[in-house]
Amino acid sequence: MIRIPLRPLATILKARKTGKNPDDIERANIRQRHEDMQDESRVRAEGRLLVLGMLFFLGFLSISGRMAFLAASEPSEPKVHSFGGAIHAQRADIVDRQGRILATNMETASLYARPQELIDPKNAVKQLLKIFPDLDETRLLRDFSGVRKFVWVKKKVSPEQKQAVYDIGDPGLLLGPREMRLYPNGRLAAHVLGGARFGREGVHAAEVLGAAGVERTFDDYLRDVANYDAPLQLSLDLSVQAEVERLLAGGMKVMNAKGAAAVLMDVHTGEVIALASLPDFDPNHRPVGSGKDSDNPVFNRAVQGVYELGSTFKIFAVAQAMELGLVNPDTMLDIRGPIRFGRFRIRDSHYLGKELSVSDIIVESSNIGTARIAQMIGVDRQQQFLRDFGMFEKTSLEMIEASGGKPLLPRKWTELSAMTISYGHGLSTSPLHLAAGYAALANGGYQVNPTLIRKEQPTLGPRIISESAAKASVVMLRKVVTQGTAKRYGDVPGYAVAGKTGTSEKLKKNGGGYDKERVLASFASVFPAHDPQYVLVVAMDEAVETVGLKPRRTASLTAVPVAAEIIGRVAPLLGMRPHFEPQVLTNVELTAN
Amino acid sequence: MRVGEAILPKWWRTIDRGSLFCILILFSIGILLGLAASPPLAAKNGFEAFHYVKRQAVFGGLALLAMVVTSMMTPKLVRRLSVIGFLVAFVSIALLPQFGTDFGKGAVRWYSLGFASIQPSEFLKPGFVVVSAWMLAASQEINGPPGRFWSLVLMMVCCGMLIFQPDFGQACIVFFGWAVMYFVAGAPMALLLALAGLAVAIGVVAYGHSEHFARRIDGFLYPDFDPTSQLGYATNAIREGGILGVGVGEGQVKWSLPDAHTDFIIAVAAEEFGLVMVLIIIALYMSIVVRTLLRLMRERDPFIRLAGTGLACIFGIQAFINLGVAVRLLPAKGMTLPFVSYGGSSLIAGGIAVGMLLAFTRTRAQGEIGDLLRARVR
Repeated sequence: MIRIPLRPLATILKARKTGKNPDDIERANIRQRHEDMQDESRVRAEGRLLVLGMLFFLGFLSISGRMAFLAASEPSEPKVHSFGGAIHAQRADIVDRQGRILATNMETASLYARPQELIDPKNAVKQLLKIFPDLDETRLLRDFSGVRKFVWVKKKVSPEQKQAVYDIGDPGLLLGPREMRLYPNGRLAAHVLGGARFGREGVHAAEVLGAAGVERTFDDYLRDVANYDAPLQLSLDLSVQAEVERLLAGGMKVMNAKGAAAVLMDVHTGEVIALASLPDFDPNHRPVGSGKDSDNPVFNRAVQGVYELGSTFKIFAVAQAMELGLVNPDTMLDIRGPIRFGRFRIRDSHYLGKELSVSDIIVESSNIGTARIAQMIGVDRQQQFLRDFGMFEKTSLEMIEASGGKPLLPRKWTELSAMTISYGHGLSTSPLHLAAGYAALANGGYQVNPTLIRKEQPTLGPRIISESAAKASVVMLRKVVTQGTAKRYGDVPGYAVAGKTGTSEKLKKNGGGYDKERVLASFASVFPAHDPQYVLVVAMDEAVETVGLKPRRTASLTAVPVAAEIIGRVAPLLGMRPHFEPQVLTNVELTAN
Repeated sequence: MRVGEAILPKWWRTIDRGSLFCILILFSIGILLGLAASPPLAAKNGFEAFHYVKRQAVFGGLALLAMVVTSMMTPKLVRRLSVIGFLVAFVSIALLPQFGTDFGKGAVRWYSLGFASIQPSEFLKPGFVVVSAWMLAASQEINGPPGRFWSLVLMMVCCGMLIFQPDFGQACIVFFGWAVMYFVAGAPMALLLALAGLAVAIGVVAYGHSEHFARRIDGFLYPDFDPTSQLGYATNAIREGGILGVGVGEGQVKWSLPDAHTDFIIAVAAEEFGLVMVLIIIALYMSIVVRTLLRLMRERDPFIRLAGTGLACIFGIQAFINLGVAVRLLPAKGMTLPFVSYGGSSLIAGGIAVGMLLAFTRTRAQGEIGDLLRARVR
C-alpha cells in the first residue's frame, strides 16, 4: 500500500513559493480522504442494508407462511380446566392370578356448572337438590350467583342422575365423561389394592391416581397409556382371598378379637396368594387416614403391623442350632428353671420336666429350652441368621405400606436379648416377615422375597440354611400339630399341617411390663408337611375364647382353629389333593382302637 | 432544491409517501381492531364498550400529529431534539424506582399521570438510536472521537437499566438497534463470522449435551402446547379464523385473552378477519421496513443512514417479535404491535419514532451533481 502523505512536500514547497497557506493543502487532503472513506463505507453500507432488508423480508415471509399454515389447520378444542398436558384416564386394570378383575374403570359422568350461562340459578339449585340431597344449598347458591366461571357440582353421577340433570334443562349445567376406578369385589383385598383418588380434574377426563397399596406402588405402570391393554396381574387368588377373609372375619368375631391378619404364601416363589387384615374397608370409598394409626381400618396388620410374635420364633433358634451342629432333634437339654438373668427370669408357661429333647422343646414350646439353645448359638450368629431370614429389614412386598413394616430391634443386643428373641420377645416383626421366614424353612432353605406379582417360575433366593436342618425343622413343626400345642385343633385331615403356635402378651399401655389380658395369638403353619407348598400365618389381636368358665387366650384355642379352618377350605381351591401321610397308616394300634 | 418553496409542498414532495400511506393504513387497522378487541377490557373495567377505541383515536391523532411535525424537521434539528429527549427519558428511567409504578404487574416501568400513563422506555429507544448513530457516525470522521466505544458503553448502560426494571424485551430491542447500526457502520467481517460461528457451535454443543436445552428446542420446534395458555388461545384463534375469518365481532378469543388488545391483537385480527387481514398487516410492516432500508442505501450522510437504519429496524423487529410470538416462531415475549396495539405512550412514541424515520428518509440532495461536476467516479 502506498501511503499518501498528508502534506506532500512537493506541493507544499510549490504553495509556499506562491504564498498560499499550506494548511489549506492539508485540509484539502483530509477532505479528499474523508470523501474516499465515506464512499467506501457507503458502498459497504449499501450491501449491508440490502442484507438487512432481505433478512426482514424473509422473516416476515416466514411469519406469513406460518400464519397461512396455522389458518389452514384445524382448531383444537380448548379445555376449560386442564393444568398442562393431556389427562390420560385410561388406567390399566388389576387382575388376580387367574385373570379375574380386581380393579377396573367405569365410565360415569361428572357434573359441573358455568354459572354465567345459567338461566335460572335459583331453580337450578332447587332441582339439583332434588337429585342430590347431599349437596349444600347455601354454598351452591353462593357459587352459582357469584363471579365464579366454573363450579364442580358432583364428581361422579350415575346414568339416572345424568338424565335427571338433563331434564332440568339449564344450559349452564354441563356433564362431562369421566372414568372412575371401580373395585367390583368391594372390600375384597382392600388393603392390597389400596384405592384410588382423582388427581387433576378436567371436564373431559380426570386423572385417577393410586392412593395406597399396589395402586400407589404401580401408579406409573397403571397410568401409562401403553399398558392400557396389559393389566397388572397380581399373585392373589380371588377365591382364596375371599375365603381367607371370610373365615378370618368369622374367627375374629367368635374369638372377640379386635383385629386379625392372615398371610398365605407360596413357599417356592414368595407369591402372596392371600393377604387379609381386619377390620377392612371398601376401596371404592377409601376412608381417610394415613394408616399410621393401628386402629384405623386402612392400617394393614399383616404388612404394617409389627408385633412380638412369641413362640412362633422358636423354630428359628432350633433350626439354626441344628444347622450349626450344636444339637440334633434328639439331643436332651436341661430345662430346669427359671433361668435367672439379673433381675429377669425366664420361665415356661407350666412345668415341663427336668429335661427335654430339642424336638420336644418345640413341641411343648419351652421358653427355657429355647433360651438355652440361644445361649449356645451366641449373639453374633443369631443376628446373622435372623438377618438372612429378613427379620432386620422391611419386606420386599410391592405395597407402599411395606415400608411401614420395619422390624423393631432391641437397641442393645445383649445375651439376654438373644435369649428372649429366641422365643419371640424383644424383636417385633410383621406377620408377613414371619411367613417369609417359615417359607424359607419350608422350601428347603432358600431365602424368600414376598411378592404380590404373579411369577411364572419358582424364584428362589440364595440358600440360607441347609436342606437337612430345614427339613428337620418342618418335621418338628409337624409334631407340634400331631402331638404338641396345636394338637387339638391344628390338623386338617389330608393336608398334613405343620406349624407353631405363639401367644405373646402385649406391652401394657402405660408401660411397665406385659399385660396378661391382652395377647397377640398367632399360628404359623406349613402344609403339607411332607412336601411343603404353602405357608399360612394367622395372627389375632387380643383374641379371647370365652366358651369355658375362664376366658382363655392361648393361641392353640384362638389362632389355631381359625388357621385350620382356612387350610381346610383353601387347600382344595388351590388344587391340592388330600394326601394321607404314611405314618398315619402305620399307626395301626390307634386305628384298631 | 427549489428556492423559496413552501414548507408543506416541499414536505409532500420529499416525504416517503409510500411508507406514510402504510403507516396511515396501519393506524386505521389499529382502530378497526380496537373496535373488535377492546370492548371486553372496557366491560371488565366498567367503561362503555368503545371507551378504549376513543382513547386510541385521540392518542392516535396525537401520534399522527407528532409524526407529521417531526417528519418536517431537518435531520440536524431531529438530532438535537432527540439528544435532549434521550437525556430526559434516560433520567426518567433512572428515577423510575423512586417515582414509578408497576400497576401490579411486577415490573416498575410506568409513570402514572392519572388520566394516562407514560412508559419512558418507549421514548428512550428512538432517542438512543439517534444518539448512538451520531456517535458511530462521528467515529467515522478523521480525527473524530471514539464514538463506537462510547455508543457501546451507552448501549450497555441503557440495557442494564431496562433489565433492572426488569424489561428484557425493551433491552433486547435496544441491543438489536445498536447491533444493526454497528453492522451497517462497518463491523469487521471477521467479528461477524466469529460471532455466527460461535452461536452455531454453542447451539450444537448445548443441543447435544444439555437435555434441558434440547427439550426446550424440541418443544419449540414440535409444539405440544396447552390450549388454555395465552399462546394456545392465540393459536386456536388463528386456526378458527381460517382464510376469511369468522366475521366482524364474532370472535371469541378476545374474551379469553387478557392481552387481546395489546400483545395478541394479531390473534383477534386473524380470528375475525382471517388470514387475508393478517397478510395485509404483515405486508404493511414489511414494506415500511424494506422500503426505508432501500431508500437509506442511497443516503450519503453516515449519521442519517445509521439513525434511519436503527429506527427502521427497531420498528420492524417489534412487529416481527409480536407476530412471531403469536405464531410460535419465537418464544413468548410481551411486545406491542406498533400503531396497531392499544397503548397511549407506545402510540405517541411510535409516532415520534416514525416521524424521525420519515424525516431521515426524505428525498434530499445527495451531492450527485457535485460528483458529476467534479467528475468523481466511485
